[in-house]
Amino acid sequence: MLLVLLVTSFIVFGMMYLAPGSPLAFVLGPRGGTPEQVAAVTAQYHFDDPFLVRYFRWLGDIFQGNLGRSIVYRQDVTALMSGRIGTTAALVSLSAVLIAVVGVSSGLLAALKSRWVDTVISTIAAVGLSTPVFVIGVALISIFAVGLGWFPTFGVGSGGFDTLVHLTLPAIALAVASAAYLARITKAAVNEERTREHVQTAVVRGLASNVIVRRHVLRNALIPITTVMGLTVATLIAGAVVVENVFALDGLGSLLVRAILQRDFSVVQAVILVLVVAFVVVNAVVDFLYTVIDPRIALGSRQ
Amino acid sequence: MSEALLALDDVRAVLHSRHQSQALLNGVSFSIAKGEALGLVGESGSGKSLTTRAITRMLDPAFEVSGSITFDGAPVLSMGPSELRSYRSRDIGMIFQDPRAHVNPVHTVGDFLTEELVRNRGLSRGEVEHRAVALLDEVGVRYPERRLTQYPHELSGGMLQRVMIASVLLAEPRLILADEPTTALDVTAQSDVMAILDEQRRARGLSLLFITHDLELAAACCDRLAVMYAGEIVEQGAHVYESPGHPYTIELLGARPSIDERLDRLPVLRYNREIHEQLKAEA
Amino acid sequence: MTISMEKTVKGTAVAVRQPGFLHRGYERLGLLGTAAAAVLLLVALSAALAPMLAPYDPDFPDLLAALSGPTADHPLGTDALGRDILSRLMWGARITLAGPGLVILLSTVVGTVLALVASWCGGRVDTAISWVLDILFAVPGIVFALISVAIWGPSLLTVVAGLAVAYVPYVARVVRGAGLRERNLPYVSAAWLQGHSGAGITLTQILPNVQGIVIAQAISSLGFAVIDLAAVSFLGLGVQPPTADLGLMVKSGFDSVLRGHPAEAIAAGALIILIVWCVTVIGDRLTTTARSMR
Repeated sequence: MLLVLLVTSFIVFGMMYLAPGSPLAFVLGPRGGTPEQVAAVTAQYHFDDPFLVRYFRWLGDIFQGNLGRSIVYRQDVTALMSGRIGTTAALVSLSAVLIAVVGVSSGLLAALKSRWVDTVISTIAAVGLSTPVFVIGVALISIFAVGLGWFPTFGVGSGGFDTLVHLTLPAIALAVASAAYLARITKAAVNEERTREHVQTAVVRGLASNVIVRRHVLRNALIPITTVMGLTVATLIAGAVVVENVFALDGLGSLLVRAILQRDFSVVQAVILVLVVAFVVVNAVVDFLYTVIDPRIALGSRQ
Repeated sequence: MSEALLALDDVRAVLHSRHQSQALLNGVSFSIAKGEALGLVGESGSGKSLTTRAITRMLDPAFEVSGSITFDGAPVLSMGPSELRSYRSRDIGMIFQDPRAHVNPVHTVGDFLTEELVRNRGLSRGEVEHRAVALLDEVGVRYPERRLTQYPHELSGGMLQRVMIASVLLAEPRLILADEPTTALDVTAQSDVMAILDEQRRARGLSLLFITHDLELAAACCDRLAVMYAGEIVEQGAHVYESPGHPYTIELLGARPSIDERLDRLPVLRYNREIHEQLKAEA
Repeated sequence: MTISMEKTVKGTAVAVRQPGFLHRGYERLGLLGTAAAAVLLLVALSAALAPMLAPYDPDFPDLLAALSGPTADHPLGTDALGRDILSRLMWGARITLAGPGLVILLSTVVGTVLALVASWCGGRVDTAISWVLDILFAVPGIVFALISVAIWGPSLLTVVAGLAVAYVPYVARVVRGAGLRERNLPYVSAAWLQGHSGAGITLTQILPNVQGIVIAQAISSLGFAVIDLAAVSFLGLGVQPPTADLGLMVKSGFDSVLRGHPAEAIAAGALIILIVWCVTVIGDRLTTTARSMR
């Protein structure tokens, strides 16, 4: 995992140099720059040093907590990001809970109940999968915020319960597509597990059917479900970028989009680095969870 | 003659598909008395496993089942859900062919052994574990306490099958159904496991329905034999092995190569469906 | 429709009609799949023929008629600048279909090549390629698009390039699995012994056997590519106004929604959902068929 992090950090760093024109011109942008600005930027990014030295300098800065300086806001990037990480994290966590609860239970119902229930849930899931996050966001706002007035339209609210209310619609918007996908996978996994022989053992022992479903079907179906949850969190983090835009939430996502439009490169680099690190960490956590769920998988081995 | 514990009378199981209907069990009748062991023998596809499924009411819902199956007088085929659960939990116990597939790999051996008694009968986990350890010891599993915290994949096939036997004995059923319990094991484990099953059964006075394709094995440990072909019982009795009457049984017994004789070709059964139908028509 | 000769059991030759292309298609897709394909075809045709079919110029602003609901002149209404929504939908569908189409084409070609090379060569080449794919897998598509835009500036092509890179691992993983399976089959060894080159065998023997899976995966990914591209345009980082694009239309429609005129957002959103749904249904059917044919 460390190796992957190292390589990705190198790639993120090297991104800047892929742009057409000199890196200096890129950072300063079409505005050009006064001689003082050119000197400041050159000093900040150490453009006079060779490439690898710059890379290790940058890496060193990061470990000391220095993520660079925003040209647009004239602030340390770390300061810019600290408050916003909380918003994005809260949004993603709320969404993840919704996805897990709604996705798994719908999938379970679709697999175990009548064909009619299955058809209804599968159809809703298919449509949900096909709907982009921003379309749901816009629809939710127009129906529940503007139309019915049940929820506030924008912003993060003033903390605590108010924030929860503000984050409800965005979290739902984020959750729909992933919950649909999870429902589908859960249904397939549950249907597969039901046919396994160890379930027959449980049945012939006269165990109650809810015990059988919980301990022998669902518990074993957790393996594919966990895989999907891992993928889902990554998608959530990416989707948060869009949702924050729709609901005007001041989180990492909207910071990133603004920075890209304004060519504020330190910010872009820092946010992308944080996102990529988050993805890698999530993947590692999922790999670890496998060993907990399935005792046949040993830590360090790959199936 | 002691009362029959399990009695099957003209049991039929028909599978309907779009194009045809097939009777996979075609009028099976036999009974097992208290404390008696019946060996059900036949080749693959003869309907042995289906019969056990019919007895445990675990046939695929697509089957149309008719006839009568009674356990201690109670009609099995018409039992309601809670009666059925009680029947499965207390009256019968099943040992499956492939222990690796039939034991849930994500729960410990201890979970597997104690699950049924703790949940269905409300006993405490500690007490059940105590009994389980004693039983594991009886069936020849070494270091039984250690096994409780291990997972199924850490045990060998023979060991796992013994665990399964122990779990069935733990529940103290009156009838044990053993579906080819040793086929998936290597030869040494086979004879060990068979010996244990036989000994435990006799010691507790339990009835046994023993499914196998191995005639000699069945004859060695069962009081009576029943021979199946194409979903029907063609012959049954206490002396089928020594003096077979039905042509199929005779051919089956004759087909086993003996160590003393040298043969140019292995014997092939000439008995087939046509002969079978002919014989039935004549009877 | 072709005619072929078949021998019956008794040895005489009998001419038999082979099912034609459409019939086979229906068999593979089922009722729902065929309906989805038909709808998709309709949308694609209207998009392709937009220059001729669209009632209005999509960029033509008519401020006097701005934000009108459905009328006789404008069946779906107009947007904030008075442009006809129906025409903009038809023109926008072109980008929404062509952009992701290009993404999938590029990623499928690159992914298939990489996967076939990896599965054929094995050893360190395979390990290296798999490792790269794993890294690509970890990051969602949109982030790649954003990185691409950050470097080269917002435009349709930048986004296409970014997404194409992001989608390579999905195709590659599936093809690599199938390629590894095929490689171990006897017909490959037979061809090798006959003296054919590795590249030759891969192209002429393995690829045709794998193509069903490749196509199924490509179509499934197409749905996600449509969503991703529309999302990036929605953020303002993809297709730029005044070009008509469904993602952009939802964005500008959003502003109208807040003023009480949801027509544009609803129309554009609904069309996106419809397209993606049809593609997903078709992709699902093809995947099931491809799997059952193994």
